Amino acid sequence: MTQYILSTVSLGLLWAILTIGVFITFRILNIADMSVEGTITLGAALAARMISTGYSPYLSLLAALAVGMAAGFATGILHTKLGIPALLSGILTMISLYSINLRVMGKANISLLRMDTVYRGLETFLKNNLGLHNIGLGGIELEKTLAVGIVGAVVSFGIVFLLYWFFGTEIGSAIRATGNNHNMVRAQGIHTDTTIIIGLTISNGLVGLCGALIAQMQNFATVDMGTGAIVIGLASMIIGEVLFGKRNFLLRFMSMIFGAITYRLVIALVLKLGLHSDLLKLFTALTVIFALSLPKLKEISATLARNFREAFGNRKGGMPHA
Amino acid sequence: MLRVENVVKIFNRGTVNEKTALEGVTLTLSEGDFVTVIGGNGAGKSTLLNVVAGVYPSDSGHIYIDGRDVTKLVEYQRAKYMGRVFQDPMMGTAADMEIEENLALAMRRGQRRTLRWGVTASEKKIYRDMLATLELGLENRMGVKVGLLSGGQRQALTLLMAILKTPKLLLLDEHAAALDPKTARKVLELTDRFIQERTLTTMMVTHNMRDAIQHGNRLIMMSAGQIVVDVSGEQKMRLTVEDLMVEFERASGGDAIASDRMLLGN
Ligand SMILES: Nc1ncnc2c1ncn2[C@@H]1O[C@H](COP(=O)(O)OP(=O)(O)OP(=O)(O)O)[C@@H](O)[C@H]1O
Ligand SMILES: [Mg+2]
Repeated sequence: MTQYILSTVSLGLLWAILTIGVFITFRILNIADMSVEGTITLGAALAARMISTGYSPYLSLLAALAVGMAAGFATGILHTKLGIPALLSGILTMISLYSINLRVMGKANISLLRMDTVYRGLETFLKNNLGLHNIGLGGIELEKTLAVGIVGAVVSFGIVFLLYWFFGTEIGSAIRATGNNHNMVRAQGIHTDTTIIIGLTISNGLVGLCGALIAQMQNFATVDMGTGAIVIGLASMIIGEVLFGKRNFLLRFMSMIFGAITYRLVIALVLKLGLHSDLLKLFTALTVIFALSLPKLKEISATLARNFREAFGNRKGGMPHA
Repeated sequence: MLRVENVVKIFNRGTVNEKTALEGVTLTLSEGDFVTVIGGNGAGKSTLLNVVAGVYPSDSGHIYIDGRDVTKLVEYQRAKYMGRVFQDPMMGTAADMEIEENLALAMRRGQRRTLRWGVTASEKKIYRDMLATLELGLENRMGVKVGLLSGGQRQALTLLMAILKTPKLLLLDEHAAALDPKTARKVLELTDRFIQERTLTTMMVTHNMRDAIQHGNRLIMMSAGQIVVDVSGEQKMRLTVEDLMVEFERASGGDAIASDRMLLGN
């Protein structure tokens, strides 16, 4: 059980990186960027291909970051320079990446079993030094799980601090303002095309990195592993915002990590409770639908309550107001 | 300071909705000129300001600022020359950002953005003093999100942002029109004060004839994409609302009825 929760949290820490990427586009830039579905696979595909052909897993992370950024840059160009609506730009990148990812992998999936990963070193270190299998906490994979958790935590919290700094700089402030008000930003002499492209580039770079880390955690990459990633990202983001507040900017970023972890725990829970795993994506989508429609639902329920009071409340006409 | 030379602006060219908003406008502002701009709805006032600001390109003609031909520069490239305040109080600020962050964006208008920190401690002090001059108590709320301010407060802040880095040209498009009379007066007072303190070259669009007469050293009236009245100095000081009404009637061919907003001139 401990191990189950631990591995769920570790997984959450990796998906947190995608969540942060989604937060940058969806909340900061105010753009629904679909490219992430392709970039997460791109990162995974490239890392898997590189590792299976003998490159360093660390180098594969950098490469995944770079190609992710390139994909985000492409979406940014489609949207700003070619004037294609943001949603469609993302979809076009996503579709293009499907072909590209197949070519990168050379086949529909790559296994990384028994190959070197970024977790391997730490895993061996833990095995040699902690002697965990002697204290009966869990099975053979415990060190791996711990290693993933530690790497995930270092990377995702590292990214949060880096981004907190970045979005506090002049360029970062300009990007934040762009998501608010293009007019004002241009009137201040800032090229909104540039700020949008930078935001999309950073976001997709993170998502590519996330893909590479996930592929190495699960020991494989498949060409369709990105399907639904945007919805997972949104669900995690919303959970983070609702549960962990959005007071200051650093906390808002942090809450993305906690949201991603909570999302994984919820998924693990509903699976334990007997939800068929085929229904997972539907479940996630319904969560997002519910969360995004909450303001509207509140409105509707207030109207209903009012109608109800007006229809039935009057019968007690003689009652004092008390 | 500003020279607009034979500028033509046609919207939706070649379609059934083709509309010539500026029919070859020529206008020269000297340094320190404060021009009020009046004219009926659709006369082309906003279009003139927007073409000067580079929001849309002109179809022909030239625009010079300080002797430099800026005709080919787009909006963000021309921003270094001008401060702008719009009619809609939402348009001039970033709602999700703090007051001081908005000011910091304006402080760097037209400058290259770097990886330096967005708001430094030393500039916060400047902002505090500047905000205090607005007399709205904003100096004690510098960390508040601008979205939580009232329209009047936002407009005063936008005005401050427009002049924070002294612009060569200040463009005000009915910037007090969306405010209640008292707040509007306050914003106009601030406008006058900033313009005087810094001798700013200004164009201020207004629908209020009395304001147009009371403020500035020069007044132009636009009609159907052209400047039809241009008075300054002594002549402008003697101008009355009645005079303007007569001109307005004549410009609109005598048959058009001035809008209520213009008639009241309160
Ligand atoms: N973006 C646009 N696209 C098409 N037509 C436009 C656009 N902006 C303005 N116009 C047209 O150009 C003409 C001049 O409009 P403009 O906004 O300059 O008038 P205005 O003098 O500012 O009027 P108001 O007093 O109502 O603000 C109008 O006929 C208007 O319909
Ligand atoms: Mg107008």
